[in-house]
Amino acid sequence: MSAHSHDDVRKHLKLYIGVFLALLVGTAITVYAWTWHFESVAVTVAVALFIACIKAFLVAGYFMHLMSERKTIYAILLTTVFFFAGLMYLIVWSRDEMPRGTYWHDHGPASAVKSIQ
Amino acid sequence: MEIPYTVEPRPDTGLFNAKVGIWLFLASEVMLFGALFSSYILLRVGATAWPHGLLNVPIGTFNTAVLITSSITMVLAWANMKMGNPSRSRVYLGITVLCGFAFLGVKSKEYYDKYVHYEVRLVDGRVLDGHIKASPDFKINKFKAESGKITIEAENDLKANPGESMADAKERLLSAKQRYQHHHEEVEVEASQIRWISNYMPWHSPYFAIYFTLTGLHALHVIGGMIVLSYFWFQNRTMGRTQTERYTNRLEVGGLFWHFVDLVWIFLFPVLYLL
Repeated sequence: MSAHSHDDVRKHLKLYIGVFLALLVGTAITVYAWTWHFESVAVTVAVALFIACIKAFLVAGYFMHLMSERKTIYAILLTTVFFFAGLMYLIVWSRDEMPRGTYWHDHGPASAVKSIQ
Repeated sequence: MEIPYTVEPRPDTGLFNAKVGIWLFLASEVMLFGALFSSYILLRVGATAWPHGLLNVPIGTFNTAVLITSSITMVLAWANMKMGNPSRSRVYLGITVLCGFAFLGVKSKEYYDKYVHYEVRLVDGRVLDGHIKASPDFKINKFKAESGKITIEAENDLKANPGESMADAKERLLSAKQRYQHHHEEVEVEASQIRWISNYMPWHSPYFAIYFTLTGLHALHVIGGMIVLSYFWFQNRTMGRTQTERYTNRLEVGGLFWHFVDLVWIFLFPVLYLL
Protein backbone atom coordinates (compact mmCIF):
# COMPACT_ATOMS: atom_id res chain seq x y z
CA MET A 1 0.00 0.00 0.00
CA SER A 2 2.36 2.64 -1.19
CA ALA A 3 0.08 5.64 -1.59
CA HIS A 4 -2.30 5.66 1.37
CA SER A 5 -4.44 8.73 1.76
CA HIS A 6 -5.66 9.74 5.24
CA ASP A 7 -9.19 8.61 4.38
CA ASP A 8 -7.97 5.24 3.07
CA VAL A 9 -6.18 4.59 6.34
CA ARG A 10 -9.21 5.62 8.38
CA LYS A 11 -11.38 3.18 6.38
CA HIS A 12 -8.89 0.37 6.95
CA LEU A 13 -8.79 0.68 10.75
CA LYS A 14 -11.72 -1.73 11.26
CA LEU A 15 -10.08 -4.17 8.84
CA TYR A 16 -6.85 -4.12 10.87
CA ILE A 17 -8.77 -4.86 14.07
CA GLY A 18 -10.62 -7.67 12.27
CA VAL A 19 -7.31 -9.19 11.13
CA PHE A 20 -5.96 -8.93 14.69
CA LEU A 21 -8.98 -10.83 16.06
CA ALA A 22 -8.72 -13.42 13.27
CA LEU A 23 -5.05 -13.99 14.21
CA LEU A 24 -6.00 -14.56 17.86
CA VAL A 25 -8.76 -16.98 16.83
CA GLY A 26 -6.28 -18.74 14.48
CA THR A 27 -3.87 -19.19 17.40
CA ALA A 28 -6.65 -20.62 19.58
CA ILE A 29 -7.65 -23.04 16.80
CA THR A 30 -4.00 -24.14 16.35
CA VAL A 31 -3.73 -25.00 20.06
CA TYR A 32 -7.17 -26.65 20.10
CA ALA A 33 -6.28 -28.74 17.01
CA TRP A 34 -3.13 -29.90 18.84
CA THR A 35 -5.35 -31.67 21.43
CA TRP A 36 -7.06 -33.77 18.73
CA HIS A 37 -4.10 -36.25 18.46
CA PHE A 38 -4.44 -37.41 14.85
CA GLU A 39 -3.12 -40.90 14.16
CA SER A 40 -1.17 -39.67 11.13
CA VAL A 41 1.82 -37.37 11.67
CA ALA A 42 1.33 -36.03 8.14
CA VAL A 43 -2.23 -34.90 8.95
CA THR A 44 -1.07 -33.25 12.21
CA VAL A 45 1.67 -31.35 10.38
CA ALA A 46 -0.67 -30.41 7.52
CA VAL A 47 -3.36 -29.01 9.87
CA ALA A 48 -0.84 -26.99 11.93
CA LEU A 49 0.93 -25.59 8.85
CA PHE A 50 -2.36 -24.84 7.07
CA ILE A 51 -3.53 -22.65 9.96
CA ALA A 52 -0.06 -21.06 10.21
CA CYS A 53 -0.16 -20.27 6.47
CA ILE A 54 -3.56 -18.55 6.81
CA LYS A 55 -2.22 -16.47 9.71
CA ALA A 56 0.92 -15.63 7.73
CA PHE A 57 -1.27 -14.58 4.79
CA LEU A 58 -3.24 -12.24 7.06
CA VAL A 59 -0.10 -10.63 8.50
CA ALA A 60 1.65 -10.28 5.13
CA GLY A 61 -1.47 -9.33 3.19
CA TYR A 62 -2.95 -6.72 5.52
CA PHE A 63 -0.42 -5.63 8.16
CA MET A 64 2.44 -5.60 5.61
CA HIS A 65 0.10 -4.25 2.91
CA LEU A 66 0.99 -6.91 0.34
CA MET A 67 -2.60 -7.02 -0.89
CA SER A 68 -2.05 -3.72 -2.68
CA GLU A 69 1.67 -3.29 -3.32
CA ARG A 70 3.78 -2.09 -6.24
CA LYS A 71 5.11 -4.50 -8.87
CA THR A 72 8.70 -3.99 -7.65
CA ILE A 73 7.84 -5.59 -4.30
CA TYR A 74 6.03 -8.50 -5.98
CA ALA A 75 9.09 -9.05 -8.22
CA ILE A 76 11.36 -9.20 -5.15
CA LEU A 77 9.01 -11.65 -3.44
CA LEU A 78 8.62 -13.83 -6.52
CA THR A 79 12.41 -14.22 -6.68
CA THR A 80 12.42 -15.09 -2.97
CA VAL A 81 9.68 -17.69 -3.43
CA PHE A 82 11.69 -19.28 -6.29
CA PHE A 83 14.85 -19.62 -4.19
CA PHE A 84 12.93 -20.64 -1.06
CA ALA A 85 11.18 -23.40 -3.03
CA GLY A 86 14.61 -24.52 -4.33
CA LEU A 87 15.95 -24.58 -0.78
CA MET A 88 13.05 -26.72 0.40
CA TYR A 89 13.44 -29.02 -2.61
CA LEU A 90 17.00 -29.74 -1.43
CA ILE A 91 15.43 -31.62 1.49
CA VAL A 92 13.51 -33.90 -0.87
CA TRP A 93 16.60 -34.24 -3.03
CA SER A 94 18.67 -35.34 -0.02
CA ARG A 95 16.18 -38.07 0.87
CA ASP A 96 18.47 -40.84 -0.39
CA GLU A 97 21.67 -39.07 0.58
CA MET A 98 21.41 -39.23 4.37
CA PRO A 99 24.66 -39.33 6.38
CA ARG A 100 25.90 -42.80 7.33
CA GLY A 101 24.03 -44.20 10.34
CA THR A 102 21.01 -41.93 9.95
CA TYR A 103 17.81 -42.61 8.07
CA TRP A 104 14.42 -41.14 7.25
CA HIS A 105 12.02 -41.96 10.04
CA ASP A 106 9.55 -43.82 7.83
CA HIS A 107 12.37 -46.07 6.54
CA GLY A 108 13.09 -47.46 10.02
CA PRO A 109 16.37 -48.75 11.47
CA ALA A 110 16.41 -51.85 9.28
CA SER A 111 16.95 -49.86 6.11
CA ALA A 112 19.68 -47.83 7.83
CA VAL A 113 21.59 -51.00 8.64
CA LYS A 114 21.11 -52.12 5.06
CA SER A 115 22.44 -48.85 3.69
CA ILE A 116 25.57 -49.09 5.89
CA GLN A 117 26.27 -52.61 4.65
CA MET B 1 23.97 16.13 0.48
CA GLU B 2 20.34 15.14 0.88
CA ILE B 3 19.40 11.48 0.68
CA PRO B 4 17.14 11.08 -2.36
CA TYR B 5 13.67 9.50 -2.38
CA THR B 6 13.07 9.38 1.38
CA VAL B 7 9.58 10.82 0.92
CA GLU B 8 8.70 11.05 -2.77
CA PRO B 9 8.59 7.79 -4.76
CA ARG B 10 11.41 6.95 -7.14
CA PRO B 11 10.05 7.13 -10.71
CA ASP B 12 11.21 3.66 -11.82
CA THR B 13 10.09 1.66 -8.74
CA GLY B 14 7.18 3.85 -7.65
CA LEU B 15 8.38 3.51 -4.05
CA PHE B 16 10.57 5.44 -1.62
CA ASN B 17 14.03 3.85 -1.46
CA ALA B 18 13.90 2.55 2.11
CA LYS B 19 10.87 0.44 1.28
CA VAL B 20 12.63 -1.36 -1.57
CA GLY B 21 15.62 -1.76 0.76
CA ILE B 22 13.64 -3.33 3.60
CA TRP B 23 11.89 -5.76 1.26
CA LEU B 24 15.25 -6.87 -0.18
CA PHE B 25 16.50 -7.33 3.37
CA LEU B 26 13.38 -9.31 4.31
CA ALA B 27 13.94 -11.52 1.24
CA SER B 28 17.40 -12.40 2.60
CA GLU B 29 15.83 -13.04 6.01
CA VAL B 30 13.37 -15.50 4.46
CA MET B 31 16.34 -17.46 3.11
CA LEU B 32 18.14 -17.33 6.49
CA PHE B 33 15.17 -18.70 8.43
CA GLY B 34 14.36 -21.02 5.51
CA ALA B 35 17.80 -22.62 5.82
CA LEU B 36 17.25 -23.20 9.54
CA PHE B 37 13.74 -24.56 8.95
CA SER B 38 15.12 -27.04 6.40
CA SER B 39 17.79 -28.03 8.97
CA TYR B 40 14.96 -28.65 11.43
CA ILE B 41 13.15 -30.88 8.93
CA LEU B 42 16.32 -32.87 8.18
CA LEU B 43 17.08 -33.33 11.89
CA ARG B 44 13.53 -34.36 12.61
CA VAL B 45 13.06 -36.89 9.81
CA GLY B 46 16.47 -38.38 10.65
CA ALA B 47 15.68 -38.83 14.35
CA THR B 48 14.58 -42.16 15.83
CA ALA B 49 12.30 -40.28 18.25
CA TRP B 50 11.43 -36.61 18.57
CA PRO B 51 10.71 -35.18 22.03
CA HIS B 52 7.15 -34.03 22.74
CA GLY B 53 5.71 -32.05 25.61
CA LEU B 54 9.01 -30.51 26.72
CA LEU B 55 7.86 -26.94 26.07
CA ASN B 56 5.07 -25.18 27.90
CA VAL B 57 2.21 -24.72 25.40
CA PRO B 58 0.16 -22.17 27.41
CA ILE B 59 3.27 -19.99 27.79
CA GLY B 60 4.04 -20.32 24.07
CA THR B 61 0.42 -19.43 23.25
CA PHE B 62 0.64 -16.38 25.50
CA ASN B 63 3.81 -15.23 23.75
CA THR B 64 2.14 -15.70 20.35
CA ALA B 65 -0.74 -13.49 21.50
CA VAL B 66 1.78 -10.90 22.75
CA LEU B 67 3.50 -10.74 19.35
CA ILE B 68 0.18 -10.55 17.49
CA THR B 69 -0.86 -7.69 19.79
CA SER B 70 2.42 -5.93 19.08
CA SER B 71 1.71 -6.23 15.35
CA ILE B 72 -1.68 -4.52 15.59
CA THR B 73 -0.27 -1.74 17.78
CA MET B 74 2.53 -1.29 15.21
CA VAL B 75 -0.05 -0.90 12.42
CA LEU B 76 -2.04 1.53 14.57
CA ALA B 77 1.11 3.58 15.28
CA TRP B 78 1.70 3.95 11.53
CA ALA B 79 -2.02 4.56 10.77
CA ASN B 80 -2.22 7.32 13.39
CA MET B 81 0.78 9.08 11.84
CA LYS B 82 -1.01 8.88 8.48
CA MET B 83 -4.15 10.35 10.07
CA GLY B 84 -2.21 13.20 11.65
CA ASN B 85 -2.20 11.96 15.27
CA PRO B 86 1.50 11.77 16.21
CA SER B 87 0.78 11.70 19.97
CA ARG B 88 -1.49 8.68 19.67
CA SER B 89 1.02 7.07 17.32
CA ARG B 90 3.68 7.46 20.03
CA VAL B 91 1.47 5.66 22.55
CA TYR B 92 0.89 2.70 20.19
CA LEU B 93 4.60 2.56 19.36
CA GLY B 94 5.39 2.49 23.09
CA ILE B 95 2.96 -0.41 23.58
CA THR B 96 4.65 -2.26 20.70
CA VAL B 97 8.05 -1.96 22.38
CA LEU B 98 6.56 -3.02 25.73
CA CYS B 99 5.10 -6.11 24.04
CA GLY B 100 8.63 -6.85 22.80
CA PHE B 101 9.90 -6.67 26.40
CA ALA B 102 7.06 -8.95 27.56
CA PHE B 103 7.89 -11.48 24.82
CA LEU B 104 11.59 -11.50 25.74
CA GLY B 105 10.80 -11.73 29.46
CA VAL B 106 8.66 -14.82 28.94
CA LYS B 107 11.26 -16.32 26.59
CA SER B 108 14.01 -15.76 29.19
CA LYS B 109 11.88 -17.57 31.79
CA GLU B 110 11.45 -20.47 29.36
CA TYR B 111 15.21 -20.59 28.72
CA TYR B 112 15.91 -20.56 32.46
CA ASP B 113 13.45 -23.41 33.05
CA LYS B 114 15.31 -25.50 30.48
CA TYR B 115 18.66 -24.58 32.09
CA VAL B 116 17.59 -26.02 35.47
CA HIS B 117 15.75 -29.04 34.00
CA TYR B 118 17.85 -32.23 33.73
CA GLU B 119 17.60 -35.60 32.04
CA VAL B 120 19.38 -38.36 33.94
CA ARG B 121 20.03 -41.85 32.58
CA LEU B 122 20.96 -44.37 35.27
CA VAL B 123 23.21 -47.42 35.09
CA ASP B 124 20.24 -49.69 35.88
CA GLY B 125 18.45 -48.46 32.73
CA ARG B 126 16.00 -46.01 34.34
CA VAL B 127 15.70 -42.58 32.78
CA LEU B 128 14.39 -39.61 34.78
CA ASP B 129 13.87 -35.92 34.16
CA GLY B 130 13.08 -32.93 36.32
CA HIS B 131 14.69 -30.31 38.50
CA ILE B 132 17.68 -31.42 40.56
CA LYS B 133 19.17 -30.47 43.91
CA ALA B 134 22.87 -31.26 43.85
CA SER B 135 25.20 -31.86 46.81
CA PRO B 136 28.05 -29.27 47.04
CA ASP B 137 30.62 -31.78 45.78
CA PHE B 138 28.52 -32.85 42.78
CA LYS B 139 30.49 -32.47 39.52
CA ILE B 140 29.58 -33.12 35.87
CA ASN B 141 32.19 -33.57 33.14
CA LYS B 142 31.04 -34.17 29.55
CA PHE B 143 27.67 -35.75 30.48
CA LYS B 144 29.28 -37.90 33.21
CA ALA B 145 28.73 -37.39 36.93
CA GLU B 146 32.11 -37.55 38.68
CA SER B 147 31.32 -37.13 42.38
CA GLY B 148 28.60 -36.28 44.90
CA LYS B 149 24.90 -36.99 44.62
CA ILE B 150 21.68 -35.37 43.43
CA THR B 151 18.02 -35.35 44.35
CA ILE B 152 15.74 -35.29 41.30
CA GLU B 153 12.21 -33.97 41.53
CA ALA B 154 11.21 -36.43 38.80
CA GLU B 155 8.52 -35.45 36.33
CA ASN B 156 9.10 -38.72 34.47
CA ASP B 157 10.69 -41.90 35.78
CA LEU B 158 10.78 -44.63 33.13
CA LYS B 159 12.24 -48.11 33.01
CA ALA B 160 14.20 -47.85 29.79
CA ASN B 161 16.90 -49.84 28.05
CA PRO B 162 20.45 -49.02 29.23
CA GLY B 163 21.56 -45.71 27.73
CA GLU B 164 18.19 -45.04 26.09
CA SER B 165 17.14 -41.38 26.00
CA MET B 166 13.93 -40.08 27.55
CA ALA B 167 12.51 -39.30 24.10
CA ASP B 168 13.26 -42.80 22.79
CA ALA B 169 11.86 -44.44 25.93
CA LYS B 170 8.67 -42.39 25.78
CA GLU B 171 8.22 -43.20 22.11
CA ARG B 172 8.58 -46.91 22.86
CA LEU B 173 6.79 -47.21 26.19
CA LEU B 174 4.05 -44.70 26.54
CA SER B 175 0.79 -43.98 24.80
CA ALA B 176 0.14 -40.38 23.78
CA LYS B 177 -2.18 -39.92 26.76
CA GLN B 178 0.37 -41.11 29.31
CA ARG B 179 3.14 -39.08 27.71
CA TYR B 180 2.26 -35.86 29.48
CA GLN B 181 1.72 -37.21 33.01
CA HIS B 182 3.96 -35.56 35.59
CA HIS B 183 4.82 -37.31 38.87
CA HIS B 184 7.09 -34.96 40.88
CA GLU B 185 8.52 -37.68 43.13
CA GLU B 186 11.91 -37.05 44.73
CA VAL B 187 14.60 -39.58 43.83
CA GLU B 188 18.10 -39.55 45.36
CA VAL B 189 20.91 -40.73 43.09
CA GLU B 190 24.66 -41.20 43.69
CA ALA B 191 27.13 -40.08 40.98
CA SER B 192 28.23 -43.70 40.46
CA GLN B 193 24.66 -44.66 39.49
CA ILE B 194 24.51 -42.05 36.69
CA ARG B 195 25.37 -43.16 33.17
CA TRP B 196 24.56 -39.84 31.44
CA ILE B 197 23.31 -36.45 32.65
CA SER B 198 22.50 -33.17 30.91
CA ASN B 199 20.27 -30.18 31.34
CA TYR B 200 17.89 -29.22 28.51
CA MET B 201 20.34 -26.94 26.72
CA PRO B 202 21.55 -27.06 23.07
CA TRP B 203 24.11 -29.79 23.79
CA HIS B 204 21.38 -32.12 25.16
CA SER B 205 19.99 -33.24 21.78
CA PRO B 206 19.35 -32.16 18.17
CA TYR B 207 15.87 -31.04 19.29
CA PHE B 208 17.20 -28.52 21.80
CA ALA B 209 20.05 -27.51 19.45
CA ILE B 210 17.58 -26.46 16.76
CA TYR B 211 15.08 -25.07 19.34
CA PHE B 212 17.68 -22.70 20.81
CA THR B 213 19.10 -21.80 17.39
CA LEU B 214 15.70 -20.89 15.92
CA THR B 215 14.24 -19.14 18.96
CA GLY B 216 17.58 -17.48 19.80
CA LEU B 217 17.88 -16.03 16.31
CA HIS B 218 14.25 -14.94 16.46
CA ALA B 219 14.84 -13.30 19.87
CA LEU B 220 17.82 -11.40 18.39
CA HIS B 221 15.46 -10.08 15.72
CA VAL B 222 12.97 -9.00 18.40
CA ILE B 223 15.79 -7.15 20.22
CA GLY B 224 16.91 -5.49 16.94
CA GLY B 225 13.34 -4.43 16.17
CA MET B 226 12.87 -3.05 19.68
CA ILE B 227 16.05 -0.95 19.41
CA VAL B 228 14.88 0.59 16.12
CA LEU B 229 11.29 1.16 17.30
CA SER B 230 12.51 2.70 20.58
CA TYR B 231 14.64 5.11 18.52
CA PHE B 232 11.55 6.00 16.47
CA TRP B 233 9.60 6.49 19.72
CA PHE B 234 12.07 9.19 20.76
CA GLN B 235 12.07 10.67 17.23
CA ASN B 236 8.28 11.03 17.35
CA ARG B 237 8.57 14.34 19.26
CA THR B 238 11.18 15.74 16.87
CA MET B 239 11.14 14.39 13.34
CA GLY B 240 7.56 13.13 13.83
CA ARG B 241 6.39 16.74 14.18
CA THR B 242 8.73 18.51 11.72
CA GLN B 243 9.17 15.98 8.88
CA THR B 244 5.96 14.05 9.29
CA GLU B 245 5.97 12.19 5.95
CA ARG B 246 9.58 11.12 6.23
CA TYR B 247 8.98 9.91 9.80
CA THR B 248 5.83 8.03 8.73
CA ASN B 249 7.82 6.25 6.02
CA ARG B 250 10.44 5.30 8.61
CA LEU B 251 7.68 3.90 10.80
CA GLU B 252 6.32 1.89 7.87
CA VAL B 253 9.75 0.37 7.18
CA GLY B 254 10.32 -0.45 10.87
CA GLY B 255 6.82 -1.89 10.99
CA LEU B 256 7.48 -4.17 8.01
CA PHE B 257 10.46 -5.66 9.88
CA TRP B 258 8.41 -6.04 13.06
CA HIS B 259 5.58 -7.83 11.21
CA PHE B 260 8.14 -10.16 9.64
CA VAL B 261 9.38 -11.08 13.13
CA ASP B 262 5.75 -11.85 14.06
CA LEU B 263 5.34 -13.88 10.86
CA VAL B 264 8.37 -16.05 11.65
CA TRP B 265 6.98 -16.75 15.13
CA ILE B 266 3.65 -17.82 13.60
CA PHE B 267 5.55 -20.78 12.09
CA LEU B 268 7.98 -21.34 14.98
CA PHE B 269 5.20 -21.76 17.55
CA PRO B 270 3.44 -24.82 16.04
CA VAL B 271 6.67 -26.33 14.72
CA LEU B 272 8.53 -26.25 18.05
CA TYR B 273 5.76 -26.34 20.66
CA LEU B 274 3.01 -28.44 19.15
CA LEU B 275 4.31 -30.84 16.46
